[in-house]
This record gives sequence, C-alpha cells and structure tokens, in this order.
Amino acid sequence: MKIVVIDYGSGNVQSVQFSLQRLGYNALISSDQNEIQSADRVIFPGVGHAHTAINNLKKNNLVELIKQLNQPVLGICLGMQLMCNQTEEGNVKGLGIFDTCVKKFQDLKVPQIGWNRLSSSSAKYHNNYVYMIHSYYAEICEQTKASCTYGINYSAVLQKNNFTAFQFHPEKSSQFGAKLINEFIIQK
Amino acid sequence: MVCKRIIPCLDIKDGRCVKGTNFIDLKDAGDPIALAKFYSDNGADELVFLDITATEQGRDTLYDLVFEVAKVIDIPFTVGGGISNPRVVEELLKRGADKISVNSSAFKNPKLITELSGNFGAQCIVIAIDAKLINKQWIVHLVGGKQTTEKNLFDWALEAQNLGAGEVLFTSMNNDGTKNGFANDALHELNSLLQIPVIASGGAGTMTHFLDTFTKGKADAALAASVFHFNEIKISKLKRFLQEHNINIRPVYND
Repeated sequence: MKIVVIDYGSGNVQSVQFSLQRLGYNALISSDQNEIQSADRVIFPGVGHAHTAINNLKKNNLVELIKQLNQPVLGICLGMQLMCNQTEEGNVKGLGIFDTCVKKFQDLKVPQIGWNRLSSSSAKYHNNYVYMIHSYYAEICEQTKASCTYGINYSAVLQKNNFTAFQFHPEKSSQFGAKLINEFIIQK
Repeated sequence: MVCKRIIPCLDIKDGRCVKGTNFIDLKDAGDPIALAKFYSDNGADELVFLDITATEQGRDTLYDLVFEVAKVIDIPFTVGGGISNPRVVEELLKRGADKISVNSSAFKNPKLITELSGNFGAQCIVIAIDAKLINKQWIVHLVGGKQTTEKNLFDWALEAQNLGAGEVLFTSMNNDGTKNGFANDALHELNSLLQIPVIASGGAGTMTHFLDTFTKGKADAALAASVFHFNEIKISKLKRFLQEHNINIRPVYND
C-alpha cells in the first residue's frame, strides 16, 4: 500500500504522517507528480490562506493532476475547501471537484476553534465529535455526507466518487479521527 | 455548536515538566510526553506547553519535545514561551505543533502578530496576555508578570485581534494560583469585545469555577495546571459535571 501525503508548502504534513504511523502505515510526503499518480491513497492536507495554497499548488503543477486522480483521495481542512468550486477567501477559484462554494462565517467568532458534533444520515459519522479550526465553510450541497452547526449548517464531510473531504482535522480528532483515517486507507 | 474546551497546561524547562505532578499511574511525572499522552487519552480537548527555558540550547530541546509529543497525541496542542521570530514558529509548526502562543515579544513588537498571522494563518496565532487589576484597571504585564506596562488589557486584546491574532489566552495574575475561581468579570468584558475565541486562565480550584467561567465569563475555553496535575480534578468527572449543567462539551468515552 503506497500512501502519499501531498506536500505543497501549505499543509500540516507532519501531524498527518504521525497519525498514519500510529495506525501502522508509512506515508511518503511528496509534491512529485509521478509519486502522487502512482499512489494507492492520496491525502491532500492544507492550512493557512487559500490564495497562498492555490498558488503553491499551481507552482507544483498539481491542480489538474489532483482533479484527474482515480484512486481514493482525502482532502483535509483547507485541502477540502480548495476542492470546491470557489472560495471567498482571496476570491480563489477551486478545483471544482465538489459542487459547492466556500464562504466566511458571519456574525460569529472566527476562527471556529474546537470540537463540534457531526450530523449525518450515515451512522459512520452521526453524533461523533471532531476538531475544527477554520473561518470559512463549504455550503451544504448534494455531496454533503455529514454536516456541523456553527450559527448555520455547513459541510463537514463531502464525498464524490473517489474523493472524500473533511473540514475537520481527523489527525487531531482523537480515536474517532484515527478510525476515519484507517477506514479511508483500508477501503476497497 | 462548537464545544467549550478544557485545556491542561504543562510548564516545560529544558525538556522536562516542572511543577510536580502526582499521577499515581505515571512512573515519571516529569516526562512531558507521558503526561501529554495521559491527558490526550483521558479527555483533554487541547494542550498547552509553556516553555520557560531561556537559552538557545533549550530551544533545540523544545523542538525535539514538540516532535515527540506530536508523535504520540491525537489532539491539538499549542506551544508558547519566549517565541519572538517567525523562524522559530516555522520550526515548531513543522514538527507538529498546531498553534503558537506569543506574549511579551508581540507586545514589544506588535508587527510580529501581523507577520506570523500572514505567514502561517490567524488560526495558529494565540496571543497570551497576563494582566493584573491595579486601581480598577486591568494592566498588561510582561516577562511572566515581572514587568509592568501602561497598557490596558482590553485595549491590547482588541489591538492584537485587529493585527491578526486568532485567539486570546488571558491569565489573571490576581487569580492565578489562588484556586478561588477565574476572573469572570474581565473575561465577560473581553468576550463581549472580541470576535475571536478567548481562553480563560488563572484561578481554577473547583469544578464550579469551570462552570462559572463558561456561564458568567462567557469563555470559549478554560486552562488550568495544578488542579489537573495533582489529580484534584479529573477531566472526565469535570466534563460530566459540566454536561449536567448544560454546558456543551465533548464527552469522554473511555471513562
């Protein structure tokens, strides 16, 4: 099993790698196109500003490459937001994998920092707590598999074909987060 | 809605935990990695490591410590203490720290907040403020409370927010170490004023103190050291108590 964590200068790659190690997996941290394309599982993390992140992706020629991946891909936090159509943060056009837009929380403390509870029709997610740290959110759409409430309901999990994305940090979400990462790795 | 957070704080000197701890089941109470793992496994929502080492050599020890802590815990953690330049922040984040807290260095050079926030994102920049009530004014103090300033807590907190801070950690020097409860009036005012989360620190002695700081102080998170280190308050028990009083909290499962 070859797992690649995409390193494009805007990700918390170390924490993701440690969480994989705790589960007994070795991951390669790379921005190399061949390494990413030949992986069995690809993890696309992200923290910081959308504008910087998308520019880093472009610099590494990764925008089209990520869109065309066929193996299971997991986006995390800003990684997930960049997989949407558009984000208000720096008015950045995203990869358009998920058919939704990313907006800023209004009239609430931002960032939202802390643990929040998932709502989902899937028992896999429902009522579990996850760690969130973000000021922007993806609107609810057809691909929303789980949501959270912070003033409004927003997408906490998005899924389409081989692409899954979490707004929260599974690598920082205790045992439940570890379980989700493991399920992503062992899926058929 | 987002849960209120319970945050144990560990003081670190030369890579070791200072201020004793008396966990029965930890062979080496001074080992910050064992302690971090213990808290992570027992319901803490986040951890804060406060490095009180002053030397450059100590900084390398801190880098190693952050790396080792990140390996074993699966909750977020903040590192603070004497951090004054972006290079150190980068090194700490690279090793797995989630947030960085800055105190005196940001006060002396407020541009640092904007620089760090711009480079690494507001979500990982915590501004720590120590303040003391003097003649009915909350006055900001620096260098671990040793140096007084002319600035008011609320003015500085608002300025820090506007410069790009993502969170404020307010320690009341009047309450710290007293175990008489948090400075809830000041916290309430701070929470009404700011649009970023506020962590309450200083004064935790009983479970009711935590309840009060969430209800009366409107704090988003509460930080404490000795009540947890000396096992006076068990986090799982505290969380059950808070839930019974209708505080939105992440439950502890493996209790």
